[in-house]
Amino acid sequence: MKIYTIEEFKSSQGKDPEIVFWVGCAGSFDSRAQKITLALAKILHHAKIGFAVLGNDETCTGDPARRSGNEFVFQLLALQNIETFKMHNIKKMVTACPHCFNTLKNEYPALGGNYDIVHHTQLIQSLIQEKRISIEGGAFNGKKIAYHDSCYLGRMNGVYEAPRNILNQLDAEISEPRRNRNNGLCCGAGGAQMFKEEEPGDKKVNVERVEELLESSPDIIAVNCPFCTLMMDDGLKNKEQDENVKVYDISELIIQANNW
Amino acid sequence: MAIQQIAFILLFALVSYLAYKSYSKIYKTIMLGKTIDLKADRPQRLKNVLLVAFGQKKMFKRLIPAFLHLSIYIAFLFTQVELIEIIIDGITGTHRIFADKIGLLYPLIINTIEFLSLFAFVSTIIFLWRRNLLKIPRFQSSEMNGWPKLDANYILLGELILIIGIFSFNSADTLLQSLDSSHYPDTGTLLISGWIGEQFLSGMSVSSLYILERFGWWLHLCVVFGFLLYLPISKHLHIMLAFPNVYFARLKPSGEIDNMPVITNEVKSMMGLETNTESDDNGEIPEFGANDIGDLYWKNILDAFSCTECGRCTSVCPANMTGKKLSPRKIMMDIRDRATEVQEGIIKNGTDHDDGKSLFDYISEEEIFACTSCNACVEACPIMINPLEPIIELRRYKLLTESKGPSEWMPMFNALENNGAVWQMPGQRFDWAKELSDN
Ligand code: SF4
Ligand code: SF4
Repeated sequence: MKIYTIEEFKSSQGKDPEIVFWVGCAGSFDSRAQKITLALAKILHHAKIGFAVLGNDETCTGDPARRSGNEFVFQLLALQNIETFKMHNIKKMVTACPHCFNTLKNEYPALGGNYDIVHHTQLIQSLIQEKRISIEGGAFNGKKIAYHDSCYLGRMNGVYEAPRNILNQLDAEISEPRRNRNNGLCCGAGGAQMFKEEEPGDKKVNVERVEELLESSPDIIAVNCPFCTLMMDDGLKNKEQDENVKVYDISELIIQANNW
Repeated sequence: MAIQQIAFILLFALVSYLAYKSYSKIYKTIMLGKTIDLKADRPQRLKNVLLVAFGQKKMFKRLIPAFLHLSIYIAFLFTQVELIEIIIDGITGTHRIFADKIGLLYPLIINTIEFLSLFAFVSTIIFLWRRNLLKIPRFQSSEMNGWPKLDANYILLGELILIIGIFSFNSADTLLQSLDSSHYPDTGTLLISGWIGEQFLSGMSVSSLYILERFGWWLHLCVVFGFLLYLPISKHLHIMLAFPNVYFARLKPSGEIDNMPVITNEVKSMMGLETNTESDDNGEIPEFGANDIGDLYWKNILDAFSCTECGRCTSVCPANMTGKKLSPRKIMMDIRDRATEVQEGIIKNGTDHDDGKSLFDYISEEEIFACTSCNACVEACPIMINPLEPIIELRRYKLLTESKGPSEWMPMFNALENNGAVWQMPGQRFDWAKELSDN
């Protein structure tokens, strides 16, 4: 499987890509999150979607800068990205990161950037509905999956059903933590917390959330966000449960089910 | 003119004057904030008022307090109908002016009010018990110590007295109607106070019944007037401000943080892009974000004055529940207290007065930098207050104006500025795909 940049795609296929895959910082640089990037790329490949990435032309959307309060750095990145989108005439994008999704969808319009942007769980759901991909049974037989809503996909953008609809296609038992959907509890990474230590307190936010997710004794914690993935992994290590319970992005579960 | 009539008119005038003064002070305090135009999207705003303010939709996330609160709230709304009669009677010296004028509607209204008042009475007692004896965590936080706790209890006690007033004058009245029908027009059967009268008051002389009736009536009235004057210094101001607050609530996507056009222009001109407006560079170093009340929008201050101190926001805040200092409720209370302080300074010393204080005398960096921007507080608030907006503005002041902030963020900013990525990484952004084609 070859990943094309937009330029490469155009010159080799002689047309514009159907959709641009916005990878984001975590998906590009973090070794754990790269696996999610790979999973989504495989899904797009199997669905025969002509997609391309921006490659080295992509930068951070600016989400952590804006939420830290550093508007200057946010605008620097956002305006640069908007220029890049203009240059490549980009209209439609998919991303596996709810932070990128939220910023591109809700914050770039005020700076003059309007795009059709979907989160990968939304895209995967419609690929399943349109029968462009199918899910093989068997891989999750007898397994229990607890689903964690990310704040940026769930509460802030109201995407609750797409990820659940996908999970329901797996032959696993799906459990919900006490706090779910619009009452979902944060993993602790948002607002640029990912990039600093937490303030003094009694507990880490990710530990609080992992404890709650572990209440239903799942085999897998399913997430929709690379930052939640990292936070949940870390929380499981803290509870010494990382051997028994695994954290996967929804795209990774599809890959496992289909043995791609 | 009877002595009671004169007393009423004087009291009414005094209360109206004092109320006008204190409410216009609240209005002026709210208007210390920056202007923002929130007139658009009227239909959506009205819908919110109907569902969230009148319908209390967001209260129903927690059923028990929702029902208790609803019963007090409906009783409150209905008693306003009775208040119209009380005021007319007070001014004109009549007694129950509507009793023989609106037929069956009269006993219907009064009976409704009595039943609602009974429910409200029970609910108020449960509320007092919940707040003081049940250790409900959201009522125990440190920001609730002292005045906020007293305030909540004062109002609940006031409510009990108010209702006792209603039942005293109604039940005395039911007996007086048969003893002195020329002065006490027939109200029709009043189920609850009729029963109270029969059980507890029969056998009382006309003059003691008369005193009881007047005592209840004046007690009720004084508590109502007292409420009116007390509200501006209480969290109970929400019974008025919740409505405009919900009307003017944010309609933009909750994930969108407000743009700063000044910075857009600056960055655009740095990048050699066309800017929207001529830069109004007057040589002064600009201030960004919020340092004090005047840097917030009036809507943020309206939020602060509407806050019910219920703590629903704080109870769902991931930072707060894991023991950090941040409490979105405290942020709103601090904004209100600072705004009041600024307004009092202006009243004493004039508009240009600077007391050398700011919001940061109330809110620490440790609090604002603990926020994960998760929006749980915004979602939880029953009257659509947004504690996240001011938190971001306070962060902006620290980061942009004072160049301060958690030191661990500095490498992130450097990486973002120099490499366009949150981490300083040795390789290139697209290297992940290279590895992919390698194996
Ligand atoms: S947005 Fe910030 S203040 Fe509000 S609940 Fe989340 S962490 Fe707490
Ligand atoms: S901000 Fe809203 S949820 Fe929080 S204490 Fe005030 S009224 Fe309650």
